[in-house]
Formats: sequence, C-alpha cells, structure tokens
Amino acid sequence: MIVQFIDFFRNRMKMTIRLSCGLLVLLVIIDIILGLTGGKHHAHTWVEHYIPGWWSIFGFVSCTLIIFLSKWYGHLGIMTSEDYYDD
Amino acid sequence: MIDFWIHPAAILIIGALLLPLVRGSRIVRNCYFILVPLLAFIDVLMMDKGTFGVMQFMDWSLTFGRVDRLSHVFGFIMTLMCMIGTLYGMNTKGIKEIFVAWLYVAGSLGAIYCGDYLVLFLFWELMAFASVFLVWFRGRKQSLSIGYRYLLVHTFGGLVLLAGIILRYQATGGDISFGPIGVDSPSLYTYLIMIGFILNAAVPPFHAWLPDAYGEATVAGSVFMCAFTTKTAIYALARGFAGMDILIPLGVIMALYGVVYAVLENDARRLLAYHIISQVGYMVTGVGIGTEMAINGTCAHAFAHILYKGLLFMGCGSVLFMTGTSKFSNLGGLYTKMPKTFVLTLIGGLSISAFPLFSGFVSKSMIVAAGFEEHLMWAAFLLTLASAGTFLHTGLKVPYFIWFGKNNCSEETWEKAADPPVNMQIAMAVAAFFCIFIGCYTPFLYNLLPYPVHYHPYTAYHLSESMQILLFTALGFFLFVKKLEPEVVISLDMDWFYRKGSKKFMWIARNPIQAFDTAWSELYRVAGLLPLMKISRFWSWFDWHGIDAVVDGSARIFGFFSKKLSWVQNGQVARYLFFMAGGAFVVLVWMVTR
Repeated sequence: MIVQFIDFFRNRMKMTIRLSCGLLVLLVIIDIILGLTGGKHHAHTWVEHYIPGWWSIFGFVSCTLIIFLSKWYGHLGIMTSEDYYDD
Repeated sequence: MIDFWIHPAAILIIGALLLPLVRGSRIVRNCYFILVPLLAFIDVLMMDKGTFGVMQFMDWSLTFGRVDRLSHVFGFIMTLMCMIGTLYGMNTKGIKEIFVAWLYVAGSLGAIYCGDYLVLFLFWELMAFASVFLVWFRGRKQSLSIGYRYLLVHTFGGLVLLAGIILRYQATGGDISFGPIGVDSPSLYTYLIMIGFILNAAVPPFHAWLPDAYGEATVAGSVFMCAFTTKTAIYALARGFAGMDILIPLGVIMALYGVVYAVLENDARRLLAYHIISQVGYMVTGVGIGTEMAINGTCAHAFAHILYKGLLFMGCGSVLFMTGTSKFSNLGGLYTKMPKTFVLTLIGGLSISAFPLFSGFVSKSMIVAAGFEEHLMWAAFLLTLASAGTFLHTGLKVPYFIWFGKNNCSEETWEKAADPPVNMQIAMAVAAFFCIFIGCYTPFLYNLLPYPVHYHPYTAYHLSESMQILLFTALGFFLFVKKLEPEVVISLDMDWFYRKGSKKFMWIARNPIQAFDTAWSELYRVAGLLPLMKISRFWSWFDWHGIDAVVDGSARIFGFFSKKLSWVQNGQVARYLFFMAGGAFVVLVWMVTR
C-alpha cells in the first residue's frame, strides 16, 4: 500500500511538482493574509511583521547557505579519503 | 521518608545480573527482556516525590533518590526508551548487548536520581564503562580502537569532573550536594564540573567522540547510546547550570556545527550522530537561557529527542542490519524493499524537523521562543536556521538517499534489503506512536515538565512560520539535490587532534625519544656499565683470592690442627697412656742426654 501510494506520485511527477509549488505559493499567501488580518501578534521581530513571506525567504536562504557553505568548508580539506586514518 | 523505595537502576542492575540465568525457550527470554525495563518504568511511574535512599558512608551522607519534577521527567523518558531499545535489540545474538545496555541505562538513572556529586560520579563512570561495550561488540577491526578512544575521552571528562568535585568540596568546606552550582559567581571548580558535563553533552570541541562511537556501535547499541549519555548530561546541566551565560553561544555553535558536518557525511548513522550534536545544542542553549520556559523547553526537547532520535537510529540501524551497510553511496531506491522502515524513519525525520503534529514542533519551538522572549535575537534566528538544516538532512537527505534517489545498491545489498524482524518494527512503531502522540496531545508532555507551561505551540502564526521554513527548505533541497549527492569521503573533525596527534606522539616516541633512549643506554653501557663491571670483577677476584684466601686459609689451618687435636683427644685411655709414656720417654732421653 505504501509503495503504491509513493508510486502514484512518482508516476505523476509533473502533477506532484505543480502541487508542491502551489503549496509553497499558498503558504506565502497565508503569511500575507496573516499580516493583513493582525494574525502576527505572536511575531517577535520587525522583519516578521513587515516582510511578507519572511520565513519563506529565511527557510530558502538558510537551506542554500547551509548547503553551499558546508560544501565549501568540506572541500577546504575537511573531506578526505576513507582510508585517511589507516596506516 | 518512605520505608519502601526501589531505585529503578537497581531493578535494571539486578535484572542484568540475572540475565545469564534466564534459560528456556525464546519466549521466556523475550518475556524477561520486556519485563525488567517495564518494572523499572512502573517503578518510576509509582514513585512519590521526595528524598529516598539516603545512606551514610564514612563522613558523607549519600543520596541515591532525589525525586522531583526535573528528575522525574528524565527518569520517565529513560525507562521508556530502555523498553523500546530492549524490544528493538532482543533479536540480536546472545544477551551481552542487552546486559551492558541495562547497566548503561542504570548508570543514567543513577545519575538522574542522585542528590550528591559522589553518587553522580559513580553512576557517571558506570555509564561510560558499560556503554563502551556496545561499540566493542560490533566486532569489526576498528571497533576496538574506536571503543578505546571513546573510553579515554570519557575517562578524561570524568577526571575533570572529579577534579571539580574535589575543589568544590574543599572550597565549600565539605559540601557534596548536587544542585544549582552558583552560576553568578563561577570559580575554577564551576568550570571544571561544567567541562565534565559538557563533554558528555558533546559540546564542541569535546564532541568528536560522539559520531566516532555512535557510527560504529552495534545496531541496537547505537539506539541506546543516542538516548542516554548526552541527555543525562543535559539533565546534569539543567540541574546545576541553569542560567550559565556561556552555554548560550556554546549551544548555538553546537546546533550549527552538527548541521554543517551532516552535509558532508556519507554514513547515515554518523549523519544522525552529528544531528544529535545539533539537537543537543538547542538544549544547551535552553539551559544557558535558564528561564522557566527555557528549562521546560530543554526538558521537553530532551524527551522528544530521545524518542525521535531513537526512532531514526532504529530506522537507519534496520537498514544496516538488513543490508550490511549504512552508507548513502551504497544505498538508494529502497522504498519498494523496505517501505515500513521508510515510513517509520520518516516519522522520526518529521519529528526532529519540528513538523506540526510531530513531537519536535511542540518542544524545540519552546526553546526558540524562550530565546526570543529574552531578546536573544541572534541565538533564536541561528537556532531557526539550524532547524532548516535539520529538516534538510534528517527529514530529506536521509530518506531521499536511502529510499529514493539513485540506486547505488550492489546486487547483494539489494537482495538482502527487506523490512527488519517484527520486534524491530514494533519498537519503531512504539517510538513513532509517541512522536505523533506528543505532537498532537501536548498536555501529555507539558504536564511532565518541571514548571507550569504557559506556551501554546499551535497558533496560526507559528504554524505558518514553521511550514514556510520547512517547505522552502525542501524547495532548496530539490533545487540543489545534485550538490548533496553522497561522496565517498570521511570528514576530519576534532578527533583529528588526538588520532593524528597520538600518531605524531607515537612517531616521536618511536623515533627521537627511542633514539635518545638507545644512545643513552649505549653511553651508559660503555661509560658506566663496562668500567663498573671491570671494577666489580677486580673486587670479585680480590674477594676470592685475597680476603677469602686469608679467611679460608686461617679456617683451613685451624681445621687441620683441630683435626689433629681431635685425633689426640679421642678419649681412648690406651692412647693417652701411650702419649704419656712417649712424653715421659722423650723427657727422660732429654734429661739423660743433657
């Protein structure tokens, strides 16, 4: 059953990607609506209040930074062959 | 004090000691495996709050059972995890893993319920010395050296802790009670005790033992190890160091450090180990903030973390158990072969990533919110950034590169891959149930916490915030997934200093020091030993021919005469008469001839 469920989406990749993109847009729209309707009173900082979709930007930028900075750091010589410690 | 109080650690220790005596069918043994941790769990549930098990030892009053809300929440989750871990590990060959695992959990429970530093130290060391066997039992060539490294690092930590305890004992005039240490006026012993604790919490730069050992431990062993050592340390920090400012930056560094190394990691279990460091970073930050909300958040996150991290280690452990590998570069596309393991591991991944309705959502956010409330904006934002990294790796990278992605499996791996034995599946299902239950029904966890909870995770804004961070992280993942393709590498970490450092030390010992030692020995032999031998030979000769000759010669002369004399004086009257007559004859002749 699990496999069939996964395969359903895998076989309809275009639809899955469109659905996911729709979901992302929906999230930003909800954030804007929350900002307009005063639903952000739990927010702590200025950026959260006044930048629409702040956490979307934050999430995406964080993810990108983590991937690229970590890989850059790894390729400085931190990543090495598996037999590095073997003599 | 109630007369009848049983320490849950005692149940596990006695249970472990009786384990070799449990014979009979597999069912009997399995029932015993379930019964002992269950008894310990029931014992924790039935315990009243108060102080128990006070014993007089020499000048000290030792407290084995301080039961309050803080120790209760940790005791609860430790015994619960012991049940789950035992259930998971009980199909392993032999009983030795369960035996040491129970002693290990007993060490953790002993440290949690103790009321003074001496008992704490005793159980602290029990944890290290029991858990190292979970690494050694893996039985690979490198297991032995990794185990020894783990043990040496923990012995070092234990000694630093002991030094702190002794200095504190001296400074306070004999106080060994374990409580808030006075973080406002820290002295040397405060820092020593803190280093002892944060070494076990795997705070950089004292963290490299963790991925080293947890990546190598046995399949069930790592499930136990991921729960107990670091979280017992968090308990100890929460007990003694709440509000210690330095822990805030240390915790934030931890949270990010683990995330960075998780990007580079090729082994699923080592990746999870790095994420322990990251997650424990949140707890360390919570302790550093030290407010009631932050301590609640720390305890809640430790509670949730033990379950979802246990679940993740069980999931990746199942992959290792069935296929023989946990490296992303040797896996991929397994969702058709191990679908149940995939779903259960994904639940762990969603929980650690703080998805709404999963446990991390109601625990992690409490610490971040405590940071915002204390106006520690930089800490709160960096922790949120780290949480994006958590989802990136544990929620996306681990499931993607094991169950989807490019199929890197060898034919043998693919053939062997299947969902694990039923007991492992049940253990994972139990942990998964709690991950969702905690996330959905917050009073269960919140009522266990040390302080009253005034935090509501399920607000529209918090839901919107979390979903945006998580799903836009997912967007980043799928856009840059090529960048994250597994590379067959290892990453150098702080252990480089003692692994390469010890090699350098051995080289120095083998080469310059050995050469100097050899030269010195030769010099000593030529300049010291040879003349000494000559002199002693001369004296030996002199002794033999000079002194001994004189002494022996005199002795021989006396011997000769005494022998002669004894011949004369042998008591025979006839001989005496003969000599008398002879003598008289000689005198007579002399007189006549004169």
